[in-house]
Amino acid sequence: MRVAEAYRVAVTALRANGLRSALTMLGVVIGVASVVVLVAIGTGAKREVEQQVQGLGSNLIIVVPGRLEFGSAPTKSRLELGDADRLRRATGQEVAVSLASGETVRFGTRSAFATVNGTNAAVSRVFVRPVARGEYLRETDVDTRRRVAVIGPELVTSLFDGADPLGRTVSVGGVRFRVIGVFASVGSSVGGSRDSEVHIPITAAQRLFGDARVDAMALEAPTTEDIPQVRKQTLAVLADRYPDEEFSAVTQDQILGTVGRILGLLTTVLAAIAAISLLVGGVGVSNIMLVSVRERTREIGLRKAVGARQRDVLLQFLLEAVLLTSIGGLVGIALGIGGSLGLAAAIDQLPAVITWWSPVLAFGVSAAVGVFFGVVPARRAGRLDPVVALRSE
Amino acid sequence: MTPALEAIDVTRSYQLEDVRVDALRGVSLTIEHGDYVAVVGPSGSGKSTLMHLLGGLDRPTTGTLRVGGQDVAAMSQDQLAQVRNATIGFVFQSFQLLARTSAVDNVGMPLVYRGVRRAERRRCATEALERVGMGHRLAHRPSQLSGGEQQRVAIARALVGGPQVLLADEPTGNLDTRTGEEVMALLEALNDEQGVAVVLVTHDRDVAQRARRQVRVRDGLLEP
Ligand SMILES: Nc1ncnc2c1ncn2[C@@H]1O[C@H](COP(=O)(O)OP(=O)(O)OP(=O)(O)O)[C@@H](O)[C@H]1O
Ligand SMILES: [Mg+2]
Repeated sequence: MRVAEAYRVAVTALRANGLRSALTMLGVVIGVASVVVLVAIGTGAKREVEQQVQGLGSNLIIVVPGRLEFGSAPTKSRLELGDADRLRRATGQEVAVSLASGETVRFGTRSAFATVNGTNAAVSRVFVRPVARGEYLRETDVDTRRRVAVIGPELVTSLFDGADPLGRTVSVGGVRFRVIGVFASVGSSVGGSRDSEVHIPITAAQRLFGDARVDAMALEAPTTEDIPQVRKQTLAVLADRYPDEEFSAVTQDQILGTVGRILGLLTTVLAAIAAISLLVGGVGVSNIMLVSVRERTREIGLRKAVGARQRDVLLQFLLEAVLLTSIGGLVGIALGIGGSLGLAAAIDQLPAVITWWSPVLAFGVSAAVGVFFGVVPARRAGRLDPVVALRSE
Repeated sequence: MTPALEAIDVTRSYQLEDVRVDALRGVSLTIEHGDYVAVVGPSGSGKSTLMHLLGGLDRPTTGTLRVGGQDVAAMSQDQLAQVRNATIGFVFQSFQLLARTSAVDNVGMPLVYRGVRRAERRRCATEALERVGMGHRLAHRPSQLSGGEQQRVAIARALVGGPQVLLADEPTGNLDTRTGEEVMALLEALNDEQGVAVVLVTHDRDVAQRARRQVRVRDGLLEP
């Protein structure tokens, strides 16, 4: 029997039980759609975070106290500004520092809550942090503890209604700072908006927060090949100064690797949960195919009596199962893509990236589910004894 | 010339739980090309079982069965299916037409398994339906046809592949006398004009008497 004929018979059979076929497909539709949506969201989240990490700068080494491991408790920093100088002398590289805290920023009657980051001039060179207007902090600002600030573009909107803030004075945690620069927009991140940050000299921040430490330091190796060397020098300096403590000097690759692993794992878990629903859909297909074979026992007997071979009957029922699951799969893909894009549009922090492989995989899996779960009923049909089948009611 | 069908001392037993039912207990029967045989006998005597064996739909428990000179024991299920398709036409007692399927597609179905294309199938099926006087009911479904019409569609389906033997199990059993007469005339015309061997099971003495010879089955054996 030609496939075209088997196809025609299968379509006729599916049409004859329209509602039943549709309900059976629904299981597959839901399974495939959830695979596509969850993979899209997982991939989107991963890509977004990776872009942010990459946006930091390529040969970056970030120094934080304690051990940087997923799930380890954060360690209270004992680093101080002098350590940055030691590092600079040992490595010959500029060292950026950071001490951050959440503070209320006011201008006139307007106020906004912002992450206030005490930094030094090196930040603008170590990190990719372009300033759109005005300029970034300078060494002398840090040395003289000048009360100047560089603010994010979101604050320009919320505090100044978009008017030019350069030269204006804002209140940060109750202390007056003069705005000398505005950051270029870098967009929001999963961790919060970086466009509403305020950078002030580290020395001013230490006084403002009443804290003599720095949270973290960062430096850039001249080339990628230098990263291990600079990293080793950094750790040596810190081990020398704080013999009892551990520090981590993490590179962009390490962060990318860790973040990638966590999000990759998350995506896999989500996809696996979705795959279970696809499996359940497949069991439904198998069930309905068994019913279909039973209902059509006499038809099978007749077809065999007039010359259908086992494989003709098998093909007919297998095609019916595959048709059920692959139509369900296509509908599921359409729903999944639509759902991903809809979710991404509706929820700002939820990026969705449709990779080419997830619909292809979902379709392939659903067709395979059809074959896998269709084969038992189809073989049962193919093996029916024609005389017994013809006698059945 | 080899006979169309040849059964040599065939038996057919069914194993049910712990009892064995011997439906046929050693039957030898030869159907020549162009033969016209009536199989008669009481209910449960094994007539249908014999027809199934003769048509290669079933295999004997012991004994030899040859279809067109070929021993069915040497054939696989699928080979046997192809032999049935090529040489045998079945007319079942209960019509066995596919519901939701037009007369022309019902009749064309055996050709599907010969790899005949749809247009050609329809052409052959239409021809077969015209031959049984059903040329005006091509698109009708079984539920839209009378009993006699359904039986004629079933005969057309048995004819469409140009069989050498037509096996009809009580072809007039469900029909009134007049329609039964029409169906018989049809079968006899085929036998006469096309030389198709006809084997039919019947309970009707008049019908049986029209055949060239009669075979009487009783309790799984042929009566002499
Ligand atoms: N699949 C089966 N399993 C068990 N016994 C069977 C089976 N098929 C037929 N038989 C038995 O074989 C015997 C012969 O059956 P068969 O159908 O050949 O009778 P028949 O002569 O055609 O009767 P009728 O005139 O009523 O159609 C019966 O006793 C029947 O019960
Ligand atoms: Mg019978």
